[in-house]
Amino acid sequence: MSETKDGDTIPITVEFTGGLEMLFSNQRKHELKLPAKDESEEPANIAFLVRYLCENVMKDPRKDLFVLDDSVRPGILVLINDADWELEGEDMYEIQRRDNILFVSTLHGG
Amino acid sequence: MPPSPCAICKTNRALILRPKNHQKLCKPCFLSVFESEIHHTITTNNLFHRGERIAIGASGGKDSTVLASVLKTLNERYDYGVELILLSIDEGIKGYRDDSLETVKRNAQQYNMPLTILGYSELYGWTMDQVVEQVGKKGNCTYCGVFRRQALDRGAARLGVKHVVTGHNADDVAETVLMNLLRGDLPRLSRTTSIITSTPSAALANPSSSSPSSPPSHTNIKRSKPLKYAYEKEIVLYAHHKNLDYFSTECIYSPEAFRGSARALIKNLERVRPSAILDVVRSGEDMARLVPGSDEGCGGGCESQGGNGGQIPVAEEEDGGCGSSGGRTVGGDMAAVERQLALNENAQENGLEVEIRTVGVKSQGCERSDSLRSDVVSLVNGKSGQRVKGQAFTPRKTPQRQVMGQCKRCGYLSSQEICKACVLLEGLNKNRPKNQIEVDGHGQEEANEAVDAIEVGLQQVKIEGI
Ligand SMILES: [Zn+2]
Ligand SMILES: [Zn+2]
Repeated sequence: MSETKDGDTIPITVEFTGGLEMLFSNQRKHELKLPAKDESEEPANIAFLVRYLCENVMKDPRKDLFVLDDSVRPGILVLINDADWELEGEDMYEIQRRDNILFVSTLHGG
Repeated sequence: MPPSPCAICKTNRALILRPKNHQKLCKPCFLSVFESEIHHTITTNNLFHRGERIAIGASGGKDSTVLASVLKTLNERYDYGVELILLSIDEGIKGYRDDSLETVKRNAQQYNMPLTILGYSELYGWTMDQVVEQVGKKGNCTYCGVFRRQALDRGAARLGVKHVVTGHNADDVAETVLMNLLRGDLPRLSRTTSIITSTPSAALANPSSSSPSSPPSHTNIKRSKPLKYAYEKEIVLYAHHKNLDYFSTECIYSPEAFRGSARALIKNLERVRPSAILDVVRSGEDMARLVPGSDEGCGGGCESQGGNGGQIPVAEEEDGGCGSSGGRTVGGDMAAVERQLALNENAQENGLEVEIRTVGVKSQGCERSDSLRSDVVSLVNGKSGQRVKGQAFTPRKTPQRQVMGQCKRCGYLSSQEICKACVLLEGLNKNRPKNQIEVDGHGQEEANEAVDAIEVGLQQVKIEGI
C-alpha cells in the first residue's frame, strides 16, 4: 500500500485480552513499530504481524497457544479497528498506520 | 476490502460477522440482535415466571457477566417481573478468586443486583487450598468440580431461590453433545442438551440429615441456560462492544487443556464452517428426543411442552465444576471416558482448567480401565483416530435413565448411596489422597504424555475493562 512506502516502520497498537495478555508479559496494550515490509518485501499484513509478534514480542515459549499451523489459533478473535478480521481479508489484510489490532481469546474461563 | 454496510440498518459500517448465518452487522444492530435472540430463547422455552427469584451463577467471567448484563437489560425492557440476584462461589484458593470476586462485586453495583458469595469452607469445611495441601496439585479439580456442583444449589437453597441460571453457551453445549456421542451416552446427551434441568421433587422424600450444610430443599433447584444458543464468539464480542467488565482466569492449580480437547475440535469446526456449532446443538437435541425412556426429554427444543414437562432431571455430575467425575450405576466401564471428558466440558464454563490425569471416586470399578484410559487420553490428546475406534463408539447396552436417590449422608441428589462430595470429603477427612493413588498403574504413561503435552503452568490474568 502507498502508506508503507514512505517509511521503514508502521506505528500500530496491538492489544491482547481475554487471557491472551498472559502470553505477552501480562501487558494488554503494545505500541509497536512494525516493519513496513515482510520477509519477501511485500507490504506487512496480519500474517506477518503474527509472525513478528511471535518472534519479537512474545516472550512466553508457548507459541502454540497463540498460533497453530501458521495461523492464529482457532478460538482467538482478531479485530482490526474493531471490525472482525473476516470482514477485512483475515491475515491478508495489509496493515495501515495507526491501526488497532486486537487479539481476544474466547478460550479462557467464562 | 471495501467496508460492508450493515445488513439491518444498511447505513452503518458492519463490524461483526455473525458465525451462525454470515450476516454482517454494525455494532448497535449486533447488540440488539444478540439481546433479541436471548429474549426469544427465554420466552419460547418459558424459562422465567413473573415473580420468580433467579440466582445467576456468577464467576466474573465473560459468560456469566454477559448473562447478568443481558438479563438485566431484558428484564427491564420486556418486564419479565423477575428478581435477579448474583451468586458466586469462592473455592478458597488464595489469590485466585480475589480479582474475579472483585469483578463480581463491581458487577453487582453496575447491575444493581444483590450478591451472595459462598465459600467452600462454609459448605464443606475445606477450602481448596486445604484440599490441595492434602491431595497435591494433580487431581484436585475433581474436588473443586464436585463441590462446586452442589455449591450453587446449596447457595440457592440458602437464599430461598429455586432457579439458578448459568452461562453455558452454544459452544459448551456442542462440546458436550460431541463428547456424549463419542461415549455413546444417550441419557446424558438428553440431559445436557436440555435448556432446563431440574431435580425431581421425589428426591425430597426424606428429611435430610442433621448436617448443617445440607438444607433439605437443595435438591429441588431448577437450572437453566439462557445463553444455550449463543455463540461463544458473540458472547465475547458482546462483552467487548458493550465494554463489560469481566475477568479471565485459569485455575492456578491445574494446567491448561486446550490442545486436542473437544473444545479445540469445536473451534476448528467453527473455523471451517461457523454454523457447525449450532448444527451440532440442534443435532444433539434431535438425538436426545430419540433416547428411550426420555419421555420428558424433548431436549429443550420442544416448545410445546408446558409447565414442568420439559424439565430433565439433572445428574449430580452433569455440570458446574472445573472437573467432575462419573458416578454411574451402569456403564462403569465408560466412566473413565466420562470422567475424563467431563473435565474438559466443565472447564470452560467456570474459568477453571483441568488436568488430563484425574481418576474419579473410588466407588468406580477399575475393570477395563487400562484400555479405556488409553482411549481417554488419546481422545483428549487429539489422536482420537487411532484408538477410540471400536471401543469408544460402543453404545451403552442399557440406555435407560439412571436411578436417582438421595445421598445417605447429606441428602443431596445422587445416583449412589453416598454422593461424590461426601465420598471425597470422607477421603479428605481420613487424610487419604485417593485420586493420585488410583492413577498409578493405569495408563500412567499415556496420562503423563497427555499431561506433559498440556502442562503450561499457572496463570492468572487480569482483564482491564475492554
Ligand atoms: Zn446496523
Ligand atoms: Zn452427600
